[in-house]
Amino acid sequence: MARKLLLENVHIEGINTYDVYRKNGGYRSVEKALKTMSPEDVVEEVKKSGLRGRGGAGFPTGMKWSFIAKPDGVPRHLLCNADESEPGTFKDRYLMEKIPHLLIEGMILSSFALGANQSYIYIRGEYMYVLRILEKAIAEAYANGWLGKNILGSGFDMELSVAPGAGAYICGEETALIESLEGKRGNPRMKPPFPAVKGLWQRPTVVNNVETIAAVVPIVNEGGDAYAQIGIGRSTGTKLISASGNINKPGVYEIEMNITVEEFLYSDTYCGGIKNGKKLKACVPGGSSVPILPHYLVCKTAAGQDRLMTYESLSDGGFATGSMLGSGGFIVYDEDQCIVRNTWNFARFYHHESCGQCSPCREGTGWMEKVLHRLEYGHGKMEDIDLLWDIQRKIEGNTICPLGDAAAWPVAAAIRHFREEFEWHVNEPKACLDRNYGLVAEKIFEPATA
Amino acid sequence: MAEQTEKINVTIDGNTIAVEPGTTILNAARMIGGDVVPPAMCYYSSLKGSGGKCRTCLVEVSKGSEKDPRPMPKLVASCSTTVMDGMEVKNKTSERVNDARHGVVEFLLINHPLDCPICDQAGECHLQDLAFEHGLEKTRYEFKRRTFDKIDIGEYIKLHMTRCILCYRCVYTADQLTNQREHGVMKRGDAAEISTYIQNALDNDFIGNVIDVCPVGALTDKTFRFRSRVWYTKPMDVHRDCQKCSGKAVAWMIGDDIARITARKDQFGEVKEFICNECRFDKKEKTDWVIEGPRHIDRHSVISANKYEDPIPEHTPLLNKA
Repeated sequence: MARKLLLENVHIEGINTYDVYRKNGGYRSVEKALKTMSPEDVVEEVKKSGLRGRGGAGFPTGMKWSFIAKPDGVPRHLLCNADESEPGTFKDRYLMEKIPHLLIEGMILSSFALGANQSYIYIRGEYMYVLRILEKAIAEAYANGWLGKNILGSGFDMELSVAPGAGAYICGEETALIESLEGKRGNPRMKPPFPAVKGLWQRPTVVNNVETIAAVVPIVNEGGDAYAQIGIGRSTGTKLISASGNINKPGVYEIEMNITVEEFLYSDTYCGGIKNGKKLKACVPGGSSVPILPHYLVCKTAAGQDRLMTYESLSDGGFATGSMLGSGGFIVYDEDQCIVRNTWNFARFYHHESCGQCSPCREGTGWMEKVLHRLEYGHGKMEDIDLLWDIQRKIEGNTICPLGDAAAWPVAAAIRHFREEFEWHVNEPKACLDRNYGLVAEKIFEPATA
Repeated sequence: MAEQTEKINVTIDGNTIAVEPGTTILNAARMIGGDVVPPAMCYYSSLKGSGGKCRTCLVEVSKGSEKDPRPMPKLVASCSTTVMDGMEVKNKTSERVNDARHGVVEFLLINHPLDCPICDQAGECHLQDLAFEHGLEKTRYEFKRRTFDKIDIGEYIKLHMTRCILCYRCVYTADQLTNQREHGVMKRGDAAEISTYIQNALDNDFIGNVIDVCPVGALTDKTFRFRSRVWYTKPMDVHRDCQKCSGKAVAWMIGDDIARITARKDQFGEVKEFICNECRFDKKEKTDWVIEGPRHIDRHSVISANKYEDPIPEHTPLLNKA
């Protein structure tokens, strides 16, 4: 039976209230850390655990924490990135909604490790009801002495507040998040300087995902080494996966990072197979911005090995035959789904969410959307496919923040793996309007020969 | 301490120069001058925070520094990347850079109205120069271009947002040069626009400078709109005693009349001494000014294409084809 570290107690009635949470071992780690450990010890445990950022980039958290500048007399800040806006990702909402105290506990530990006395949870504007849940939980934590001055008599002071965004995907980018929190327009900043040196109000700042911060709780409770035992290679611990699409059991699953994609997709513990007995056509394993995988690359890598739900295995083969674990937004497509329409939908999202600061992303995302719209609605030309390829190539890597890359990758991967389907849209403009799927069924299941 | 002020070496397209630590690649390239200078549409040396947005100044760093010789994986914006000792940079000599720059120019142009024949900026437009040097001859964009209504911001300035490339220079100018900030960027993505708060007038003594910093024809001088093409006017260095500014300006003359007044721009199109609105908009009589002599326009734009010393610039690609 797979171990659960974050969602272990999620089924308990009333776990969102302080009393039930405390009775089930909540805030144990804060007692342990504040009474028996130094901030450096906590950082050391997190380093030992091999925990990697759960927001998408997968950067080692302990290393990120050790980069924070510590000039004398300058306050430091910890920001929790709860601006979860990636299409296909909804794990943080579930976590905050069900066990808000777990996040608060993690915030106390992480703030203690970083020496941050004022921390913020930046939550997306659409999660207003989650914000109220968090505020209630924070008030309970204050009332019980877990937040405020001199926590548990250790001399560590910490204030925690929640700040809502106004509903912009771009504010999930750490520097745009900081700008937004400062009350400005959410435009990403140029790097360097990095937030670890000059972040919120020009002070050293660390921005971490909700799940990353929550994962510090089991790490402190059980020790970094025990946490590192779970998983394979550099993918340690458990990961929350938001499974959606044409599967029997969509939802949020906590997995140990050692199971195969095949097990995750087909076993009844997790997704439970493709809905209505259909066949798998494609899968986006890590949220809308990561490359889409055609069915023959989902469960096996190009080399024929079993693909695992880990950072390394999912990116095996680079972008040519692999993808990324990203933020864990696992979207499954059955044989009836149209890849062109899906790609258009993603492009529309990125067009809408581009901040408009730098030219390739501002102009390129809108252009891609228009071309894809034309292809999807039967007005496309054969040159459009190469045009799309050229546009995405000129956006990728040339922008200030990763939104440009996020907009370019899904388009690139869709053309790379499903070029025939794009061509079918050009050749059969009437049929592609009548039917909401791409190639005729038997052709989908031949691996691309080119 | 002596070591800290020591100059460091940077090589750009094979030209090595010693610069102060903290210099950006773009400024180092400008010290070398000539072909190695990357074009810049949004960077403005006197405006804090400008740069990094237009992505035309992207360069390839083929060697990070003497200590860490690894190349940088991505192209970097030369206006906001500082040099390291022993850094090697490729600008025009890099295929990747030229390719990316073609892309950026294309992106900037897809929603630009290309109304140069009726645009007052034509002839001194940075986007025009950039497109001439790096652009394609035809567009691949087949959709409706975005348009905005023209608005008057204040008595003297017309904002034609359709032409804007969102370089943010005017926003920084209004923010840093003048007392109160009344305009900024609204909306997001390709719907973003420069605007004032419910069409407030931009009204203070130095706001006219937003016209000079605008690289395109989005902000134009209402006292000069549609009066003349810039290449029919003669630029003259002039000065006057002014209580508010240095009084050093350029008068653009038609015959003996002053058609417009602008600040003096350097060879990279940047104003070093901003002038006040009184000099710019109100002093249009020849008797208001002391004329120093003809102004040399250093940029290889249409204005200087057939005037003054260098009648046909040798690097003009279209002329060399014949």
